[in-house]
Amino acid sequence: MGSVGAKEVPELLNAEGRRIDGRRLDELRPISIKIAPLTRADGSAFVEWGENKVMAAVYGPREVHPRHLMETDKAIVQCRYNMAAFSVDERKRPGLDRRSQEISKVITEAFESVIFTEEFPKTSIDIYIEVLQANAGTRCAGLVAASLALADAGIPMADLVPAVAVGKVAGRIALDLKKEEDNFGEADLPMALVPQSGRLVLLQMEGHLNRGELREALDLGVTGCREIYRKMREALRARYEAAGGAEEAEAAA
Amino acid sequence: MLPGDEIPDRGLRPGFGTYRMGSHLYASVLGYATWREPFVRIVPFAGRYAARTGDTVVGIVQDVQKTFWLLDIDAPRWAPLHVSGTPWDETPPGELDQHLRVGDAVLVAVEDLDPTGRIGVTLKGEGLGRLSGGTILHVSPARIPRVIGKGGSMIHTITRRTGTEVAVGQNGRIWVSGDADGIRRVRDCLRLIEEEGQRPGLTERIEGFLDMTGPTDGAGPAPSLSSEQGERRWEA
Repeated sequence: MGSVGAKEVPELLNAEGRRIDGRRLDELRPISIKIAPLTRADGSAFVEWGENKVMAAVYGPREVHPRHLMETDKAIVQCRYNMAAFSVDERKRPGLDRRSQEISKVITEAFESVIFTEEFPKTSIDIYIEVLQANAGTRCAGLVAASLALADAGIPMADLVPAVAVGKVAGRIALDLKKEEDNFGEADLPMALVPQSGRLVLLQMEGHLNRGELREALDLGVTGCREIYRKMREALRARYEAAGGAEEAEAAA
Repeated sequence: MLPGDEIPDRGLRPGFGTYRMGSHLYASVLGYATWREPFVRIVPFAGRYAARTGDTVVGIVQDVQKTFWLLDIDAPRWAPLHVSGTPWDETPPGELDQHLRVGDAVLVAVEDLDPTGRIGVTLKGEGLGRLSGGTILHVSPARIPRVIGKGGSMIHTITRRTGTEVAVGQNGRIWVSGDADGIRRVRDCLRLIEEEGQRPGLTERIEGFLDMTGPTDGAGPAPSLSSEQGERRWEA
């Protein structure tokens, strides 16, 4: 979790119930979304979420490389999560490490369960997530960006996948932790939801939560995911409204 | 429609871009819904080229095997072009590279599709063949009918007025040959079609653009329609 350089723990929750950046416990950081910033990729999205900046690009379905990974009855999903060297305060050593391998794996598995891979046998759907600036919750921001990029690439899937982390800060359950809260908090619980079916496709936990707290955290996370889902849909709508409206009129004529 | 949106089925069967869960129907891709007997389907805004039998496409040779070539046609998978589907079917196995090498562009027709996503293509047919020289431009496959126009009117106007020769692939690839200025004008026309293709009066705007940017019929550099490639047949 980067360097914990501060000498003392900052006050994470003040007397009025406000957090370090003035948010309430159930409040998300501001999110802004840009669809299709890249022209070479089949689909792409850029997400700014608090101080996180994450770019996602999707290629495919396309030929599988290396070939031995090919599945004869479905597409494979390959995802690479990567943090830029300049994304954190102390220079991050570039390249694959245990953390980014793990995140790539869990994100791949989350998408494998929503993409209709059986529609494209013997192909690969490649997802690249690049974290340009990190401030806790980058796997969730990456998932959101990748999900939008998949939609932009026209890849068939059950639903968009919103994601958010819930944590425990100063003894209370809080939505969408930022860096200080993640570093000095007691728990972190990232999750990804498929709103259409209500299933969770990613759930991890770091730190400790008791049964009651876990239940509260899950409820808060699902609520947060649904709010993010609305923003994701708005962004996609805005991007395709002009073209879509005209095409629809044309189809009706 | 966005992925996960519920669609009323109006008593029709689920078609492309939809899925059923329980008793409800949902969209799986970004696009708009159409209800036409017997299917509810989504017309996608994005996605790779979905091949249909009979389509003419521009392919680029990616690999040469003993008895076939593999072509990139912007579809999910490479399309095999077997020698038996070419005029060179007498070529001994392993010597195919004397006809087409990696990187060569060809105009081929989609011959057969199988459920595993294999797309067989052929070089035998009117107007099909190797594309030599020229350059390849891209538009969204959804815009190709606009590029061609009714009975080929749009593409005829563009080639006549720019003195170029053009081969349009249903996969969104457009091969253009001619002088640099002609190619530039074709590219700008395609961009105009791509951006404003859904608005009425497109033909007039393209004509206006061509009037503005270059010489009208006969006044410019001699059109370079080569007799070798001949007239092509256009189907919208």
